[in-house]
Amino acid sequence: MSAPETRTAPAPTAGGGMAAVEAGARAAAKSDRATSSAAKTATFRVWRGDAAGGGLVDFTLQVSDGMVVLDAIHQIQAEQANDLAVRWNCKAGKCGSCSAEINGMPRLMCMTRLGELDLSQPVTVEPMRAFPRIRDLVTDVSWNFAAKKSLKPFKPRAPDAPDGTWRMDQRDVDRVQEFRKCIECFLCQDVCHVLRDHHKHDEFVGPRLLVQAAMLEMHPLDTEDRVDDLRRAHGIGYCNITKCCTKVCPEGITITDNAIIPLKERVVDRHFDPLAKLVQLVRGRKR
Amino acid sequence: MQSLPVLAPPRRFGQTSRRDAWWVQPAITFLILGSFVGYATWAAFQDAHYTYGPYLSPFYSPELWGSSPHAWFGAKPGWIPGWLPFSPALLILPFPGLFRFTCYYYRGAYYKGFWADPPSCAVGEPRKSYWGERRFPLILQNVHRYFLYFALLFLLILASDVWKALWFTDAAGARHFGIGVGTLVLAANTVLLSGYTFGCHSLRHLVGGRIDQVSKHPVQHACYRTCSKFNRGHMRWAWASLFMVAFADLYVRMCSMGVWTDWRIL
Ligand code: SF4
Ligand code: SF4
Ligand code: FES
Ligand code: FES
Repeated sequence: MSAPETRTAPAPTAGGGMAAVEAGARAAAKSDRATSSAAKTATFRVWRGDAAGGGLVDFTLQVSDGMVVLDAIHQIQAEQANDLAVRWNCKAGKCGSCSAEINGMPRLMCMTRLGELDLSQPVTVEPMRAFPRIRDLVTDVSWNFAAKKSLKPFKPRAPDAPDGTWRMDQRDVDRVQEFRKCIECFLCQDVCHVLRDHHKHDEFVGPRLLVQAAMLEMHPLDTEDRVDDLRRAHGIGYCNITKCCTKVCPEGITITDNAIIPLKERVVDRHFDPLAKLVQLVRGRKR
Repeated sequence: MQSLPVLAPPRRFGQTSRRDAWWVQPAITFLILGSFVGYATWAAFQDAHYTYGPYLSPFYSPELWGSSPHAWFGAKPGWIPGWLPFSPALLILPFPGLFRFTCYYYRGAYYKGFWADPPSCAVGEPRKSYWGERRFPLILQNVHRYFLYFALLFLLILASDVWKALWFTDAAGARHFGIGVGTLVLAANTVLLSGYTFGCHSLRHLVGGRIDQVSKHPVQHACYRTCSKFNRGHMRWAWASLFMVAFADLYVRMCSMGVWTDWRIL
């Protein structure tokens, strides 16, 4: 099931002498197999190219138990393709840099163990599709940071104590604490079909930023009102709650159920429910 | 927001690098939901075999007008034109039907299973244009909470049906307390529908989710926590209650047709 814009090896155009490197690697792998029966080999079908285009290139290498996909990519980089571009930082699932699509699903390379993949077939590793490609596995995710600026910032109420501090009840912050776990890996943005397939980047901020909006909007100290923005500028109505974002979030944030749907309900209060509107008018907006 | 430079072109319908059987889940949704809608529509048009002894099929409850002793206001009134198809179910079934149709969980599931939007996560879509729930017609999904109000009312009615299903009339015409398998079926249906309804996202919002400083409202906080518990299993409740409501109708229908025997436990 390879994409039309991809080619499978051995016929790489992106990345020059790849075929030779690859053939060498295969031969090496073969001879290693002959000497050590315990060593396993696996083939990684990695997207190579840049904004102008590219394709999939096969790399076969020896792998061992406990390796993650990022280890394999590093091994390819060290032994077979020194110019393979990959972004990473922590190797602990905490920096959100190594996002990619492994066997078609958006995942962190550093948190995907080879043990959970079927190594009898080539493992595809592709860059995220919802963002412009820079080179190989690296995409330009700067749109997310620009879009984040369209969210109204945190606006706390006046301090509760004379020393300029606030008092919060744990029960009130329980809910927003889940959203603070976000590592900005943008895997949810990548899988969201509104951005990925329909390219609505101008009209829809995407699940990551709806999580951010929920964190601010539901914060017990916050006094800002983002409900109109959510409906219009942030395009929350584009989300059709198909939950792919929740499925891929490496932090296990229940994005759709706990962030997006509650925000949709707030939009309903304001814009689609005459009864709730009446109640709001009588009792005031922020509680 | 700034526009983006060149992006990878969208994939064709069904195109993906996924290796797993991504089509299984939407196909199951399509089959189960499709069969349910088919069966419920068929059953609603029957206008027969919807009661058996003290049991009333949940598809026909409340029976506003109808030919059974369960009818609230007697037989079908004369002002309903004769050419209109009539059954007690047709009058009330749109409410629970639309409650499910506009349910956040089902929406996500049938957008995938019936409309392929997307067919599954990270799988290419059949259409280029996309409005989501931003414009007519899907913007109407926002009325979900109004159907919730009806659903809560229906829970009370179904609970009263279970109560009635505890009283059997003997040959001499005397009423006795009893429990039949049918009573248990109707009770299970009411329990599952309650679990489904109590986990509704709109209910969760209305009882406390809309409040940012919920600690100042202990009653709402307790309600919110309870709803959240049900909400975590909303998908499971949704399927279990869907299955059970169809089975409850089937049970009453089969007993009434003499195909199945209703065993008395007490
Ligand atoms: S649930 Fe909404 S935000 Fe999340 S992936 Fe689906 S459409 Fe996008
Ligand atoms: S919400 Fe989850 S998937 Fe989305 S950016 Fe944050 S951590 Fe990544
Ligand atoms: S390298 Fe930091 S999350 Fe993978
Ligand atoms: S969200 Fe499913 S019933 Fe309301």
